[in-house]
Amino acid sequence: MTDSRETILAVRKLKVSFSTPDGTVEAVKGIDLDVKAGETLAVVGESGSGKSQTMMGIMGLLAGNGTVTGSAKYRGQELVGLPLKALNNVRGEKITMIFQEPMTSLDPLYTIGRQIAEPIVHHRGGTFKQARTRVLELLELVGIPEPKRRIDSYPHELSGGQRQRVMIAMALANDPDILIADEPTTALDVTIQAQILDLLNSLQAKFGMAVVLITHDLGIVRHFASRVAVMRRGEVVETGATTDIFERPQADYTKMLLAAEPRGRKEPPAATAPIVLEGANVAVDYATGGGLFGGSAGVFRAVDGVSIRLREGQTIGVVGESGSGKSTLGRALLRLIPSSGRYRFGATNISDFSRSAMRPLRRQLQLVFQDPYGSLSPRQTVGEIITEGLYVHEPQLSRAERDKRAIEALKEVGLDPAARNRYPHEFSGGQRQRIAIARAIILKPKVVILDEPTSALDRSVQGQVIDLLRALQKAYGLSYIFISHDLSVIKAMSDYVVVMKNGRIVEEGDTDAIFEAPRESYTQTLMSAAFTA
Amino acid sequence: MISFVLRRLASAVPTLFIVVTISFFLMRFAPGGPFNLERPLPPQTMANLMATYHLDQPLWNQYLTYISNAVTGDFGPSYIYKDNTVAELIGKGLPYSIQLGSYALLLALIGGVLAGTLAALRQNSVLDFLIMSVSTVGVTVPNFVVGPVLTLVFAVVLAWLPAGSWGDGSLRFLILPMVALALPQLAVFARLTRGSMIEAMHTDHIRTARAYGLPPRVVVVTHAMRAAMLPVVSYLAPAAAALLTGSAVVETIFTIPGVGRYFVLGAINRDYTLVMGTVVLIAIFVIVFNLVVDILYGLLDPRVRHD
Amino acid sequence: MTDIVTTPALPPETASRSLFQLAALRFRRNRAAMAGCVMLVLIAMFSFLGPHFISHSYDQVFPSYVSVPPSFEPRPDASSLQDVIEGVAGRARVDLKEFAVEGQTFTATVTSDKPIDPRATRYFDRANEFDNTQVVATENDGKTLKLTGSVSREYFLFGTDSNGRDLMARVMLGGQISIAVGLLASLVSLSIGVLYGATSGYIGGRIDNVMMRFVEILYSLPFVFLVVVLVVFFGRSFILIFLVIGAVEWLDMARIVRGQTLALKRREFIGAAQALGLTDWQIIRRHIIPNTIGPVVVFVTVVVPKVILLESFLSFLGLGVQAPLTSWGALIAEGANNIQSAPWLLIFPAIFFVLTLFSLNFAGDGLRDALDPKDR
Repeated sequence: MTDSRETILAVRKLKVSFSTPDGTVEAVKGIDLDVKAGETLAVVGESGSGKSQTMMGIMGLLAGNGTVTGSAKYRGQELVGLPLKALNNVRGEKITMIFQEPMTSLDPLYTIGRQIAEPIVHHRGGTFKQARTRVLELLELVGIPEPKRRIDSYPHELSGGQRQRVMIAMALANDPDILIADEPTTALDVTIQAQILDLLNSLQAKFGMAVVLITHDLGIVRHFASRVAVMRRGEVVETGATTDIFERPQADYTKMLLAAEPRGRKEPPAATAPIVLEGANVAVDYATGGGLFGGSAGVFRAVDGVSIRLREGQTIGVVGESGSGKSTLGRALLRLIPSSGRYRFGATNISDFSRSAMRPLRRQLQLVFQDPYGSLSPRQTVGEIITEGLYVHEPQLSRAERDKRAIEALKEVGLDPAARNRYPHEFSGGQRQRIAIARAIILKPKVVILDEPTSALDRSVQGQVIDLLRALQKAYGLSYIFISHDLSVIKAMSDYVVVMKNGRIVEEGDTDAIFEAPRESYTQTLMSAAFTA
Repeated sequence: MISFVLRRLASAVPTLFIVVTISFFLMRFAPGGPFNLERPLPPQTMANLMATYHLDQPLWNQYLTYISNAVTGDFGPSYIYKDNTVAELIGKGLPYSIQLGSYALLLALIGGVLAGTLAALRQNSVLDFLIMSVSTVGVTVPNFVVGPVLTLVFAVVLAWLPAGSWGDGSLRFLILPMVALALPQLAVFARLTRGSMIEAMHTDHIRTARAYGLPPRVVVVTHAMRAAMLPVVSYLAPAAAALLTGSAVVETIFTIPGVGRYFVLGAINRDYTLVMGTVVLIAIFVIVFNLVVDILYGLLDPRVRHD
Repeated sequence: MTDIVTTPALPPETASRSLFQLAALRFRRNRAAMAGCVMLVLIAMFSFLGPHFISHSYDQVFPSYVSVPPSFEPRPDASSLQDVIEGVAGRARVDLKEFAVEGQTFTATVTSDKPIDPRATRYFDRANEFDNTQVVATENDGKTLKLTGSVSREYFLFGTDSNGRDLMARVMLGGQISIAVGLLASLVSLSIGVLYGATSGYIGGRIDNVMMRFVEILYSLPFVFLVVVLVVFFGRSFILIFLVIGAVEWLDMARIVRGQTLALKRREFIGAAQALGLTDWQIIRRHIIPNTIGPVVVFVTVVVPKVILLESFLSFLGLGVQAPLTSWGALIAEGANNIQSAPWLLIFPAIFFVLTLFSLNFAGDGLRDALDPKDR
């Protein structure tokens, strides 16, 4: 049905390559794409698929070492190789862009009013003063409260969602034909994500521009795109109407992507299963500000009276947006940061344990982090990293025995044992996360706190890591606390869910109950914003 | 803004006090004194001299006297230039140093920023390579090498410019010392500008500006340059303090009657009061320029507005 | 923008390298940096090994060669030797028939109307230029003597200074002192800075606040000048000079190490180490120190030239090591004073000095690029 529309951007045999010290890297390998008037085309792919680089290449925004060849015609005008001056008549006027990072995409040194006015002044002429009314109109349009006051604000005075709205206002300033949105919501919390996407949707309906939505999130694609192009390793593997792609995927890769949505359920442990870790009335305060000579030192309560009980073999999912205190809660439960409350590990009351008293218990209480790049010391070999716990807790082991344990652990997480002589920088994100998991399980712990262990990974890798975590849980009877903002992962992993907001528990209950019949309005907002259904 | 300035000036007082105290005692605990000449003075003369300058009193008393006098602007008589007070000496020399120093600062700032920007915009070109080579020379070759070489080339061999002295204070006399003084700072400014300019050109908001079809001039000047100036402005404080308080080396090579020489002459001759006077002078310059730079920084970057 | 990550199943077996090895590899590929390193080694060898290969010591005075310009020809040259030997022959009341110099030996044939007393050789030895004069042949009833002996001819490739000392030997000594001061003072500033910075950063909180406040106050002391005061008042020994310079150059190092430590404390692998139950000391030793080495090494390459500059600045002002010891800075000062009459006195030390600083600069830049954490 969309076929009747006019094609306004025709991309043919587009190639993008980068010259690096190790030779030329082809990021985009000769792709064809069509954007039709007024449609929403989603370009989907995992990191490294070249989806962003395609758009950057068309817009002449590649890094200095990048080159683009092939053809991209906007209403018959060739954009590839167009002189800068002519290209600038298209950029910001006919085709506009919004980016992933609203924080850094705006110049921190100028007011938002001035930045929105810039494309107007430079394309349409006039002065900044004359553009002001139009800017106010745009701010109103994108839903910035009190535009008259906000127009003179600087980007750092706005929230992330508001900054992205400002970017959208800038993109709309000259009534563009095409709006390219490059992962516009990835850096935002789920609830705000939904608002931004709804805004884009309504603006499109109002002004009728075409939207090219670059994303890795299939949930967003299903809800907002009319057509989808799936990219992998610099090639388009499949294009088609959204419903066709989701219901009758043709390419194996698309099928794999769709299947990679975390699935499955976890059965709760028997009600009689003993409690392994308990925190009652957990509270954590952070000091804010306050200098050497007093100053106005404030206290920020990151976790405020949370109680949680983890049974043997159980997985408690802790959900919340950034700043909800979920990560802080995890560290408090492990007694890694100063906190108040009562804590028990098995039968032991560990409320008053000092750091040195906690040390022998640490082998049973492990932690896996979100960032697989930051959580491995870059100067140690993988072998050294995963045996570090043994070095602390089983110092009597000989080097050979430690090595044997390292081999076992690596096999267990599905890595080649030869990996232990290598350094972390030689591994991909998913492999690094496996290494981090190996480091945790080599000590045969009872409890593992998983702090967003899959958030930095691609969907397809996410699924593998989740499978691995499930298998390990089954094999060793582990108990997990699974912290995430990603509801679909939580749903697949946990049998009990805790929803947090502003340091407090909003709602908790069995996974099925929470997902099927959320009682609190905040939980409901979260659910509807996540497009998981 | 005014309260910010006042607060900063107030916090400068303890700093200045600590600087003075450290310098005072450091100097006094060192062996020797201003009147220990190669041929010892007769004991009676020595005792008289010591009494005249109150050096026979307990150290603690001397310190208190010094501080209370210094607060009123009296930095005592110079022991070596017997007819002058320290304040007079500095008052005489400072205008020369400031004039020469401000020329040098202007030259360094404008030249450095221009060269750095050009190098950054033509990164890895021949021009970039040339500018960076020259600035490496500027950074690595100290002015006590540059000074004599400049003299050799322009005053001795080519005989275009006078070899030294303040002369009538016209630009002809000032060019060589100004260049010798400015060159190292110019090189630092150029490197700083180039580095921060390249970094600025790679930021996301520059990509935004380009994506919206803003003309290159606007992208570079309005957006990149302003961001790139922040580290340059930070460096302005130490550079200005160093240039305006005179350079012992350049003033010696070009026989300029500024205050720079006093640092060294005072120290060599153990002229306690002269040394203390110059310490206070430099510390005040450093503090004032830091404050000026902080205010400038606030004007450039809305994220650090002081109100 | 940067999502060009290829994900091979496992990197090929042969390519396992630590970050240090990778950095070394990148460094070796950087030609300017390698050239800088080679140059530094050459200059160090020249300064420290050179004195064993030349016959003059740095304090040896040649009164007959004051301020002679540099030359590849030995001194005295052949024509002036001719003058000298004619004078000697005159004093010995003999006629000079033949005279030839080859390298360090001369041969001469002298004649007289009467047989010559062989002890006449001592007339030759008496001249500064000749030594060990011996009679090799007596001809013509002793009226003709063939003599041979050694000529003390001196090479002054760099010329001599106004006291008649060999500039090359002086430049070598100056290099030894400048390099030694540079390294030792950097070591002093490194130890103080790392210790101070790491302590301040790791302990954090109020103590960190106080410690950094102290550094700020020290920053506002006029430092170059303080060094001058210290050196003037406490004496000018070699040890004191590098201690004093080191003691004032540690501030930047302390700030850098503190910054690094603070940043590392926030990194997740430190958190992971805490979760594993490592003690503070184990964390510092196994995680913090190895990860601060990169920036610290880079900073050392900045400090060494700075320190050498500061030392030469002191020497320039006449406050460096005491004569007859010298450093490049002192030599340059001397050269600057004689720039019209003897420009080589400025040129040679300045060349070595500038070359060293340049090489350090390139090596430092190369090191910085090689250790760039972007490649993490």
